[in-house]
Amino acid sequence: MSERRPRIAVVTFPGSNDDGDARLALEQLGADAVAVWYAATELDSDIGGIVLPGGFSYGDYLRCGALARSAPVMNAVREFAADGGPVLGICNGFQILCEAGLLPGVLRPNRQLEFLCADVTVVVESTGAPITTGLAPGDELVIPVKHGEGGIANRDGNVVGLMPHPEHAVDPLLGPTGGLPLLQGLIVAARERLAGYALDPR
Amino acid sequence: MLIRPKAGILDPQGDAVQASLAHLGFAVTAARVGRLVDLEIAAEGEAAARSEVERMCAELLANPLIESFEIVSGPA
Repeated sequence: MSERRPRIAVVTFPGSNDDGDARLALEQLGADAVAVWYAATELDSDIGGIVLPGGFSYGDYLRCGALARSAPVMNAVREFAADGGPVLGICNGFQILCEAGLLPGVLRPNRQLEFLCADVTVVVESTGAPITTGLAPGDELVIPVKHGEGGIANRDGNVVGLMPHPEHAVDPLLGPTGGLPLLQGLIVAARERLAGYALDPR
Repeated sequence: MLIRPKAGILDPQGDAVQASLAHLGFAVTAARVGRLVDLEIAAEGEAAARSEVERMCAELLANPLIESFEIVSGPA
């Protein structure tokens, strides 16, 4: 496998607050994390993957993720996803993907009206998506949630939304490491996508 | 625009309001909480304004999966 560090864009919307952790985790796992501002109208051509991080984009006004879906950068995200590029939406980023129509459905507030913050065990149900490459059905990952739980992928598997935060679960010093295989899967997918492009070796 | 959670859609906010009103002694058996959006728009006539607002609701202001909307219009 190539040692090249694939470039992965982490989009910052007004109100994103897990963008820094997402960049740190990706860097720690062997990617070059690229901070992309929500007002950007295009992505560098050597971007191999995109993360829409958690937080409270646009203050959760109107509906969670609703206003972010019309941010300028989302046109580039749509084009990237339509071209098969791997896109991971975490928590609020998941809600943005749903509002943007890149994932089906809608997320609702927790029934019990409480903000949940806990480590949950996520069971791998299917491995059809690129980010689950290193996993087998039945594998259990311990990852913190700061809201609800669970995740889905689009039909092609390249667009994935997760409520738990893999970027908070990559370092054993800080707790569980269930996020490792998911982010590593994204990095592998980004590297494979870029393998088709002629890039200067880094 | 009056935007409401559709019938049958879980509405935790409405449930919380109902529970709080019940705690205060009011005989409220159900509450649903929606949103009111006031818009001033320049349009040639009410029909044109209405169709414009319907597009706004479909594209952004309401999520058709979980919300219904009602347009109430009047002169500015």
